[in-house]
Amino acid sequence: MSFRISATPLDPEQLKAPLSAAAAGACVCFEGWVRNHNEGESVKALEYEAHEVLAAKEGQTILEEAAARFSLHSAAAEHRTGLLEIGDCAVWVGVTSSHRGEAFEACRYIIDELKARLPIWKKEHYVDGQSGWINCVTGSAEEADGKSASTSIS
Amino acid sequence: MIDVTARYFAAFRDKAGRSSETVKTSASTAGALFAEIAAVHGFADTEATCKVAINDEFASWDSPLANGDTVLFFPPVAGG
Repeated sequence: MSFRISATPLDPEQLKAPLSAAAAGACVCFEGWVRNHNEGESVKALEYEAHEVLAAKEGQTILEEAAARFSLHSAAAEHRTGLLEIGDCAVWVGVTSSHRGEAFEACRYIIDELKARLPIWKKEHYVDGQSGWINCVTGSAEEADGKSASTSIS
Repeated sequence: MIDVTARYFAAFRDKAGRSSETVKTSASTAGALFAEIAAVHGFADTEATCKVAINDEFASWDSPLANGDTVLFFPPVAGG
């Protein structure tokens, strides 16, 4: 079970290789790709930021939860940080099990939990030059572009 | 009053215009400190959708604060 945050491109074939096991009858992998649209906007790039220490720890916990819930031979996942372009792989999950049912369910569990729990943030850069942090009211595209608070509380 | 270091990420960092600052506060919990900071910097996201960590460990909003703590404020996450 290994989870990693990566600042360099993910190579799904390379990531899958260590999962190989003679007892495994099923391997399910998920790749999350950067797409060119979101909620009606044309997207040209995505920027991922992570709190790496906590994200790595939480990712590892999620893999261990999956191993406890499902009958797996192995599980691994990686998540990108940095600037990604359309088509780039942002997150990869791979699991092996003796049978497909457990492998599908475990893979789904892992990606859903990673998305909900990792301290990772995504800024979309739009074709029209605007940008915005996803899921946030603070700093959404509507109020993007340099309206940072100038007050101090120190 | 205690002195804590507040650290901001992603949308919070952009909105506050800084990644961290020292804050003198009478807030006794992480949630109370978040309310103070959100008012100053205009953070629009709420406790329900945000997360907090104290000294690099996830914490709950009712966690107590101690002098010298580093409190990390995480806006809504968006991995994947």
